[in-house]
Amino acid sequence: MAEAAQTDQGPLTTIVDDWSSDVTTFKAVPWGKAMMWIFLLSDTFIFTSFLVSYMAVRMTQTDAWPEPSAVFSLEAFGVPVPLLLIAIMTFILITSSGTMAMAVNMGYRKRKVAVFWLMLATALLGLSFVGMQAFEWTKLITGEGVKAWQNPMGAPQFGSFFFMITGFHGLHVSAGVAYLGIIAWRVLRGKYDNTNFEIVEITGLYWHFVDLVWVFIFAFFYLW
Amino acid sequence: MATAEIPYQETVPLHHPKTWIGKYVFSQDHKVIAVQYGITAMAVGLVALLLSDLMRIQIAFPDWSWMDWFVEDYYYQAITMHGMIMVIYLLTAFLLGAFGNFTVPLMCGARDMVFPFVNMLSYWVYLLSVIILLLGYIPGLGGPTGAGWTLYPPQTITEGTPGADWGITTMLASLAVFIVAFTMGGLNYITTILQARTRGMSLMRLPLTVWGIFVATFLGLLAFPALFVSAIMMILDLKIGTSFFMPAIVSLGQTLAYDGGQPLLFQHLFWFFGHPEVYIVALPAFGVVSDLISVHARKNIFGYRLMVWALVFIGILSFIVWAHHMFVAGMHPYFGFFFATTTLIIAVPTAIKVYNWILTLWKANIKLTVPMLYALSFVLTFIMGGITGLFLGNVIIDIPLSDTYFVVAHFHMVMGVSPILAIFGGIYHWYPKLTGRMLNDTLGKWHFWITFLGTYVIYFPMHYLGFIGVPRRYYENFDSSFYPASAEFLNEIITITALIVGVAQILYIVNLVHSYFYGKSAGDNPWGANSLEWCTPETPPGHGNWGEKLPTVHRWAYDYSVPGSEKDFIPQTVPQERTS
Repeated sequence: MAEAAQTDQGPLTTIVDDWSSDVTTFKAVPWGKAMMWIFLLSDTFIFTSFLVSYMAVRMTQTDAWPEPSAVFSLEAFGVPVPLLLIAIMTFILITSSGTMAMAVNMGYRKRKVAVFWLMLATALLGLSFVGMQAFEWTKLITGEGVKAWQNPMGAPQFGSFFFMITGFHGLHVSAGVAYLGIIAWRVLRGKYDNTNFEIVEITGLYWHFVDLVWVFIFAFFYLW
Repeated sequence: MATAEIPYQETVPLHHPKTWIGKYVFSQDHKVIAVQYGITAMAVGLVALLLSDLMRIQIAFPDWSWMDWFVEDYYYQAITMHGMIMVIYLLTAFLLGAFGNFTVPLMCGARDMVFPFVNMLSYWVYLLSVIILLLGYIPGLGGPTGAGWTLYPPQTITEGTPGADWGITTMLASLAVFIVAFTMGGLNYITTILQARTRGMSLMRLPLTVWGIFVATFLGLLAFPALFVSAIMMILDLKIGTSFFMPAIVSLGQTLAYDGGQPLLFQHLFWFFGHPEVYIVALPAFGVVSDLISVHARKNIFGYRLMVWALVFIGILSFIVWAHHMFVAGMHPYFGFFFATTTLIIAVPTAIKVYNWILTLWKANIKLTVPMLYALSFVLTFIMGGITGLFLGNVIIDIPLSDTYFVVAHFHMVMGVSPILAIFGGIYHWYPKLTGRMLNDTLGKWHFWITFLGTYVIYFPMHYLGFIGVPRRYYENFDSSFYPASAEFLNEIITITALIVGVAQILYIVNLVHSYFYGKSAGDNPWGANSLEWCTPETPPGHGNWGEKLPTVHRWAYDYSVPGSEKDFIPQTVPQERTS
């Protein structure tokens, strides 16, 4: 009934109405979803602090900073292709956001089996991302001799920040894979049958966030 | 205002524990969690109080032979632990963990926090962080860190600083764990305030206590990440030899393996957290004091809306002033100019709040109850500490005063004593609702006057010590030529008073325990207050707070001494038409 009264009003009026109303500020937003948004806001500040620290140290660095496109190149058919692995990893992660969005859609249509398989696909894509990251780390550590505390190609902070930031992001992806798996299983088991399946959307919020953070890490670490 | 909505929590069943452990130990009830937070915070606060008294004895009476065991290392460890415990594990945990948990659901008209299980975890993780912190004192590990509570690298992790290997690790780990605990609690407070209010409770009808906690929690969620990140980076520097914060450095005649890091980066990260932290403890105190003054002066709070907006603006501004803690770090003068300006701008919303408190008191029917005494002393102390903040916010005055006792006096007044006074006021105010019994008035007044006057005897002379240049954090001042006999005399006075104030806290603990069993029965609403926590069907409030149905709110929380009404207060649940 509230919607009918508000149709002829502008968006600003609606916002003011919501914020001056009782009970809930964000109408029709479940508690879990509100909480996830606020958590992600806080988590944004964690990644921002990491990236800003990285920029500050890199800009004041007197030792040479390695050329990322050279360090992260991969040989394909005998030709070194810069950033090949990272491009595949980024593609996979963004694809996983696509399957996640489809899962959310299926959730609101209450098609539990479709939700389960799409969330499982998302988790598997996430898992392959982490796997490729492990491959990249191994190559860097054993092949190029880059460690968190040393770097034969120049500034040691290159390795320090690379392993710390991608490691922290990788932990987020791994946690997300576990989270997706648990929720997918519970959806299939019918734990959320009495709800509107907003839990799928909440899981999706987290997953999209992890994806978005990767885009920034990609831009600042590999393209700069 | 649209009021057709049915609160979601009226439709979901509440978690009902069956066992004693489920009710009182691993409890999901916000009131029990509040008490757990409060008791833990006070216990660890007593440790910090003891450490401060040991430091004071050392400063005033360095020649006492029975204090010979208190060597330099112990002194620096005491400084560090005292500061960190007081700021994080006592003030933050008490104001948000104890007051936040107790007041938010009750004042919003909710049955509990939105995610009681996460809320319970928040307390247990907090307890874990306290235990990790105190692990530093386990013998054989080299003791806790003695780097000072700001933990500046490189000295924090170079050899020679006490606790440079294990002490600093436990400190950083404990901070990271604390931040996890705070995040779990903070998400609950914010979601509850935004999404789980009762019928008729709009944001602009919330008591100011809730507003203070709301803004402070937001600050915490956005500021603690910087500390979390710097803790991780410093642990990596320490344990696996990265050089985030460590430049090339020679220590004890040896070139260390570090190279190319930025010590200043740590200071920026730390103070990006550290300055909002000041307001994380100040804003809930502002809120509590606003409510105490209004209730015990029997008058509505002056300028409610402006009080709310002042809280919000202080919160926003607190994120762009952090470098005023770093004026002596060698920053560019234009930067200093910027940060000095933003710092002084904070004085505007703060002054609005102080004027509004005073205008609330003007021509009010002031009842000098113990909570009111504490609230009034908060206003006075906060003005005192705030004004010295204006001195220190100016680069040119800050530089000579930096690292003297003037700074110690300033921050103890403004963010040590003031929030503690607000906490005491809040405890004396809400104890009757929590337990159903009144605290003893005589003991409370003795406790108040000793604590209040004592803190002035302690911190007032420190301003003078700062002016004559007595440096802070010195283990012993010996016979320095700038150090007159008057300073030595003042130091002795300060120490003796500090010991008296420390011992006087026994009065308060005795009062808490004794009144719990033998206190006068309080009734539902001993102070004649309006906000929802005084309208519960039972005192102390039962599980679920409100019985069958959630209360309905018809007015703001400040209808005191309304002309023409029978009583001098009209609770929020009384409909509008019944008053005129």
